[in-house]
Amino acid sequence: MKIVVPVKQVAALDDEFELLDDGSDVDPDFVERDLNEWDAFSLEAALQLRESTGDGEVIVITIGDDEAEEALLGCLARGADRAVRIWDESLAGADPLAIARVLSAAVGRENADLVMCGVQSSDAVNGATGIALAGYLEMPHVAVIKQLDYDPASSTATVKRELEGGLVEVLRIRTPALLTIQTGINEPRYANLRAIKQAREKPLDVTTPDELGVDSGAIAAAAGSRRRELKHPERGEGAEMIDGSPAEVAARIVEIVRERMSG
Amino acid sequence: MNGVLVVAETRRGELREVSLELISAGLSVKDAAGGRVTVAVVDHDPGRFAPALSADGVDEVLLVTAPGENFEAHVAQQALEQLIDSEQPQLVILGFTIDSLGFGPAVAAHRGLGFASDVTSVAWDGGPIVGRGAYGDKLVSELEFPGKDCTLLMVRAGTFEPAVAGGAAVPTRAAQVSFDGAAAEHLGFEEVQDSGVDITKAPFLFSIGRGVEDKDEIPRFEALAERFGATLSVSRPLVDAGWMPSARQVGQSGKTVKPRVYLALGISGAVQHLAGMRTAETIIAVNTDPEAPIFSVAHYGAVADLFEVADELEQALE
Repeated sequence: MKIVVPVKQVAALDDEFELLDDGSDVDPDFVERDLNEWDAFSLEAALQLRESTGDGEVIVITIGDDEAEEALLGCLARGADRAVRIWDESLAGADPLAIARVLSAAVGRENADLVMCGVQSSDAVNGATGIALAGYLEMPHVAVIKQLDYDPASSTATVKRELEGGLVEVLRIRTPALLTIQTGINEPRYANLRAIKQAREKPLDVTTPDELGVDSGAIAAAAGSRRRELKHPERGEGAEMIDGSPAEVAARIVEIVRERMSG
Repeated sequence: MNGVLVVAETRRGELREVSLELISAGLSVKDAAGGRVTVAVVDHDPGRFAPALSADGVDEVLLVTAPGENFEAHVAQQALEQLIDSEQPQLVILGFTIDSLGFGPAVAAHRGLGFASDVTSVAWDGGPIVGRGAYGDKLVSELEFPGKDCTLLMVRAGTFEPAVAGGAAVPTRAAQVSFDGAAAEHLGFEEVQDSGVDITKAPFLFSIGRGVEDKDEIPRFEALAERFGATLSVSRPLVDAGWMPSARQVGQSGKTVKPRVYLALGISGAVQHLAGMRTAETIIAVNTDPEAPIFSVAHYGAVADLFEVADELEQALE
């Protein structure tokens, strides 16, 4: 059994941050990077499947600069068997379709039984890369899964899809398939110190879109959008801010609540 | 290239409310996009929804008869790809919803369309120009779609006022779509178990989120909520961690609430959470991060440590 888990190193903004002078993006000095929260769950789901069947391989793939290797090493320490990092400067700020197009070349050659992505990334919140990847690969797909029961013998997976308002749909899909995994589906493991050391011994390929057969023209053609501008949101009226000590804040909250709940 | 194609959503025999918001999104750029708004509905019995989609300004309702009774992503994908071929729309509008997340990005990739998801504003300047959140909604990214004949947008629920339907009947047309089978088989629906509390009925919700950080802190907030005369509700991370039952979850996948007062401590306000509480009459938010998106919907806000405020609330309510 082979499971591919595409992952992303996300960027969280510091409480105070600045944009680059040209306004095209946030100044990287004000950004903290980490493995996307959703991807910890998709990786854990893949590792559990490998463990339950007793054999198989879990491959993590990311698109990112050398700093993103940190996220891959974290995945290897948790138990992934090998990793692939794809990068070219032209991919900086790429939209989900361009990312999915490049991923499709790397994922496609693995001939995986399952491809498991996070539902979305915490920074961009497109919720699109996984299902776009399925579109390129022409692979059956289900989005937003909160429970997974894979049956390799029958080449099917029975899954629960999380809908709005507390509703869940149970469905069976034929595999190979691409699934996007929702948070809460499992409890992602932590890596111990020994595993963190050993992660550096595991295979980690570094490649480029060109080497995967996706040239810059193909990436540009796939891109779904171009950013015109990055700006601060219009806050509208915004909240009336309560200043003062915690005691003053609490007193004002009690006052507002009592006023609004009476009459 | 002509006009806007809006894709309506149905579930268990009912039109989903977001459909009428998407029609409004389409109508907002109708003239610029070629003067025509068509609404497609893909369902086992699509004709029954035509009256509910007959809003002023809609030119035609396209009826696509789906092979199965329930939404299936691959059926929806095949339908939309064929409609794009036959109708040649300049703009396709879907909801940023769970069903559409299951096929919209695949269509955009497969057909090489312009694409944006979780769209929160739609304008026109020679082509569509849209706004969407960036970096967890702390910034807004404005996107354009150069060189694309057709662009697919997934629009966030609650962004547009729903169009008013039920006026003069809009002409309908049965669209010819062929299906080569579904990849998934529907086995059933399940509802979240009700744990005896209905947060949608509570007039005062005391809501806690990720900022709580430790399971052992939960009883303290339960006691504080009770002392305040409030019902305790939570954001998703506390349910994911298994600390609280999902019946108490506010948000897209939890409950949509509309209490008189919603007091949020340690909730930053991810879009899925805001979707479930933004219509509360009065929203009070306490968060350490002054840029937290929840302050954009709150009426009152305090940048403060939730534990320090909780200490003081306990004192004040003694």
